[in-house]
Amino acid sequence: MTKKFFLIILILFPLNAFALIEVDITRGNLDPLPLAVSPLSIDEKSRLSLEEILLKENIGSEISVVVENNLKTSGLFNPLDKNAFLQAPDIAHLKPRFEDWSLIKAQALITGKVNYVEDKLRVEFRLWDVLAAKELMALAFTTVPTNWRRVGHIISDKIYERLTGEKGYFDTRIIYVAEEGPKTQRIKKLAIMDQDGFNNKFLTLGNELVLTPRFNPTSQMITYLSYFKNMPRVYLLDIETGTQEVVGDFPGMTFAPRFSPDGKKIIMSFANDGKSDIYTMDLENRLVERITNHPSIDTSPSYSPDGKFITFNSDRSGYQQIYIMRSDGSDVKRISFGNGIYGTPVWSPRGDLIAFTKMHKGKFYIGVMRIDGSGERLLTENYYQEAPSWSPNGRVLIFYRETKTDSSGKGFSAKLWSIDLTGYNERLITTLTDASDPSWSSLLSN
Amino acid sequence: MTLSKIFKNTLLVLMACIVLTACATKKEVETQTTTTTEAKTETTETKAETIEPIAGQMQGDVYTGTDSVGYLAEGVKDRVFFATNESILTTASRETLRAQAAWLRKNPDVTVVVEGHADERGTREYNLALGERRANAAKDYLMTYGVSSDRITVLSYGKERPVDSGSTPLAWSKNRRSVTVKAN
Repeated sequence: MTKKFFLIILILFPLNAFALIEVDITRGNLDPLPLAVSPLSIDEKSRLSLEEILLKENIGSEISVVVENNLKTSGLFNPLDKNAFLQAPDIAHLKPRFEDWSLIKAQALITGKVNYVEDKLRVEFRLWDVLAAKELMALAFTTVPTNWRRVGHIISDKIYERLTGEKGYFDTRIIYVAEEGPKTQRIKKLAIMDQDGFNNKFLTLGNELVLTPRFNPTSQMITYLSYFKNMPRVYLLDIETGTQEVVGDFPGMTFAPRFSPDGKKIIMSFANDGKSDIYTMDLENRLVERITNHPSIDTSPSYSPDGKFITFNSDRSGYQQIYIMRSDGSDVKRISFGNGIYGTPVWSPRGDLIAFTKMHKGKFYIGVMRIDGSGERLLTENYYQEAPSWSPNGRVLIFYRETKTDSSGKGFSAKLWSIDLTGYNERLITTLTDASDPSWSSLLSN
Repeated sequence: MTLSKIFKNTLLVLMACIVLTACATKKEVETQTTTTTEAKTETTETKAETIEPIAGQMQGDVYTGTDSVGYLAEGVKDRVFFATNESILTTASRETLRAQAAWLRKNPDVTVVVEGHADERGTREYNLALGERRANAAKDYLMTYGVSSDRITVLSYGKERPVDSGSTPLAWSKNRRSVTVKAN
């Protein structure tokens, strides 16, 4: 990644070849692995220098809190109470007394050390298997001090990967729509934040309605719908430079945009004369291609990770259902056949599942099915919820939920939620304002 | 009469069974969520509202009342209403649109925006398309009655701009609309 805040990763020791502790993430984990996140130790001189820059009394403890929260929200780990720790952080990092840690039932231990060297923040950490009395992993990172939260997220990803065998999703961001004001005249702004809700930033001022932002594969660009000059069109925004441009020159509303997996195309709907069809536009040569041509509504397109197929939403059968087709628009097949109607299909980053919104008997469900439509599983049910977006490792879905309202507008809220693919670990994601249309970035450090 | 009554009763029993089994299976799926219980009580409320007759305000689920209706000109209503997921114009809608067309023919300098809207009970992207389809149904009808297409712009708001914030069938029926607005 060519990010401004460059990050140097030094591998101090090679990884151990076989994992001793194992966390099974394929089933609902009702028994999260107990582990101890020891506060990262810090020498007094570094502590004082970093306090001056970051206004945090002890940045070592702060980073360990980031790690602890990440591991906890994954639902797979149970970080133990720090008050029960017997060994001091600096000594534990050199050589843990494993008996002390197994006494408090920790199966894994995370220790670390923070230094301030040559205007840089240096963080090293070690992951220990307490029962086997063994070091599993040791890494060090050097970066600009303001990047300290990211270091916490990267450490969390490394631990998650080492203990579950799958990539993590903590060093990621969420793009979403921040909402304010009465339901009849809602003000909406594009906003971006870290996956844990920190570092929130608004990207538009709220002068025009904006909807459905989505990241490109490198997480540097966003495509979204804006009502700029009362003309609903798909736009492209460069997060770093703030440059915005309209996508294509369509004589009507374009909407429901997403990037292709290689980031070179935008796929979207174009509405004309009461019918909506799916189009792509190549961002390099600006060539527009029509993918579907049907008198029905065809919308919410999403590519398979290999770019060979597209799943989309169509009412060609009379009601909203989920379809798949080849990326050239051939071989259209309906895949949703359960009770109710289906919308917002999104292909999983692993390629094997499609997440969707289902509406049945006045309820809204977030669910998943296999790409042939079999194995439908509903993960959560509510009054109103929709628009799932996958975590980059395909283990968690983020979506938004709205509450019932009376005619005066009382009781209304829109919030972001996440749920594991297993159907467990449903969580509210705290945002500064009401929020909707979340989209998860790729893993930033990769 | 009696036959249909029996039929209705069995249907009710069947529906109750379906609801009950649905609840039973759900518990397995989400043991952890606290919101599930909240959601459950909400359905029963919605059910009650659907059964409660809303005298004179809805026909089928199309709004027929006058609350929220504005006027394009004297005696010319500005909006028409739709059934859930539909873009078919009702007899009353066609009457309103004919009045709009007649007024527009008399005022050839006026251009209009036909705004299409959906209720909140759908996914955002589909509702944008549905709003566009509804606005186009109104536009096509205006054109049939002599208003040239270059005087009409279509704009869909999907579910973004409800007139009634309520989460009731009556509020939703007011929100499923297309509104003809003067643009100049």
